Amino acid sequence: MDLTVGSNLFFWTADATRKFYADLAQAPVSRVVVGEVVCSKRLPFWEAEIPTALATLQEAGKDVAISTLGLVTLKRERNQTDDIFGMGVPVEINDITALKHLPENTPFWVGPLVNVYNEGTVAYLARRGATRICLPPELPLASIATLAKAGKEAGVKIEVWGHGRLPLAISARCYHARLNDRAKDNCQFICGEDLDGREVDTLDGQAFLSVNGVQTLSAATGCAAYHTEALREAGVDSLRLSPQTGDFNALCAGYADRIAGNISPEALVAQLLPEAPGGRFADGFFTGPSGSDWAHPIPA
Amino acid sequence: MMELVCPAGTPAALRAAVEAGAHAVYCGFSDETNARNFPGLNFSPEELVPAVAGAHKRGAKVLVALNTFPRAGGEKLWHQRLADAEAAGVDAVILADIGLLDYAATHHPNLRRHLSVQAAAANPDAINFYAEAFDVKRVVLPRVLTVAEISAINKEIDVETEAFVFGGLCVMAEGRCALSSYATGLSPNMNGVCSPASHVVYAEEGPDLAAKLGGFTIHRTPKDRPAPYPTLCKGCFTSGEQTGHVFEDPVSLDARHLIPALAKAGVTALKIEGRQRSRAYVAEVVRAFRAATDALADGRELPLAELARLTEGQSATAGAYAKTWR
Repeated sequence: MDLTVGSNLFFWTADATRKFYADLAQAPVSRVVVGEVVCSKRLPFWEAEIPTALATLQEAGKDVAISTLGLVTLKRERNQTDDIFGMGVPVEINDITALKHLPENTPFWVGPLVNVYNEGTVAYLARRGATRICLPPELPLASIATLAKAGKEAGVKIEVWGHGRLPLAISARCYHARLNDRAKDNCQFICGEDLDGREVDTLDGQAFLSVNGVQTLSAATGCAAYHTEALREAGVDSLRLSPQTGDFNALCAGYADRIAGNISPEALVAQLLPEAPGGRFADGFFTGPSGSDWAHPIPA
Repeated sequence: MMELVCPAGTPAALRAAVEAGAHAVYCGFSDETNARNFPGLNFSPEELVPAVAGAHKRGAKVLVALNTFPRAGGEKLWHQRLADAEAAGVDAVILADIGLLDYAATHHPNLRRHLSVQAAAANPDAINFYAEAFDVKRVVLPRVLTVAEISAINKEIDVETEAFVFGGLCVMAEGRCALSSYATGLSPNMNGVCSPASHVVYAEEGPDLAAKLGGFTIHRTPKDRPAPYPTLCKGCFTSGEQTGHVFEDPVSLDARHLIPALAKAGVTALKIEGRQRSRAYVAEVVRAFRAATDALADGRELPLAELARLTEGQSATAGAYAKTWR
């Protein structure tokens, strides 16, 4: 089992993006997906960084892919999706729309926003050329094991959400804009102020969700620290780490140590919790009863 | 004439909808194969057979929703239900999952396939992909599009479109939302339920009644006022300085004013949400909408006042059909 860094879901400046990928070249991860998943309006602010990031990461020996948008509605977004296939880099699709643009005999990766719930879907996508699939975060361990087996039979590598706020929903409506009494068309890029998303609490002050433009994530950070052995045993090929602020290379190194068996889940959790957005972890999608669950000791 | 597609949660509601003038009804089996997997709702394979025959006798079509995402290791149940639907003589199945679409196209090529709203096909490319790959004949459009966008989509596709006009409203892209399973472990995609009643608790706290879902407070209302059901995305939350309905107000969709515009946009069928609703409600809504589609076909003014009664006392929205919603 190795490590994959997914697309950064948040809106960071070009400078921050450049530094993030330059640093990431030194991180102990096998592959990196780069690209805008959440909102096409953000892209002009940082897309010039994409070729540099891809080149830097490739020079450092990482496999790379470029991701499509997660919810494609506008003509401009459809054209962008088409253009991505011409960039000479493997594409990770995050919306089925991309399959319409897929050139013949082109291998591709499938991101966590595509609904892959069963063997039939794995088999179909494999026939179309999928070589890697990152499963949706809501799948339980039993389903993951079945799909990892289906992946092996179909020649597809199976990846699972390992760390990061859990992507739970996407909408045509921008909640960041709505929270600021603005419409999506006049958002003034307010989502750029919340580098790990904007937290949404219950009326009791319980941390619950976070909004990131048109996307809704968990407030807690998803963390697979306690499940790496079970996932490996299930036949999972890679753990996905989702970019967040703080020392991300140290986070990658922590997971590399964890999957190598060098550190315990407790040690990894103790290392990562201080920088976890939301200040708490969740791993309930793996074993239940609900996604927000975390039934492990919390380090002092 | 625009086709009116109406909900049928039970055999009795199906008969009521057909008698009230539904051109088509949609229903599901009593299990996790459909997105309204509620206790006491839906059809056994045995119940479906006479229901289809009865509807056909009155000239109404029956569409069966198999619109959840089959469980890994459990696909056989969904495959069995496809066979059951075909054996009952249904007019089409409504599917969302790629694996199930592929299976249906291969093993039940003559069973007409519609694409469920749960597939969230929101642009011509996605729709044309499903049409080409699985010979889908109709697409139920996600509730994220404006009327202008629907019109533009219809110019670029050859399949029929069906648009929601009344009832519940998802604010997230349908079929791509795990909010419910994050709070409760049960989701529309996997279990056919959203914000399930099994996980709802109403707790008296001081002067308030707190409506909780999976332990998370979704609403808080004064005890003497009716508490809305804690549907997660319609909840009241706090973010920084702001407290309110962060995602959506507790409203339902009402796009009856837009029926002529949807017709002009090339929409084939109008869909009414509410398989969980009572037979009496379904009959009333169907009768009112049928009067509207008949009036539209005859070039008469739409009897909108008739429809207005149905939402009295409730908050309604035209949703994403009006661009300002975003």
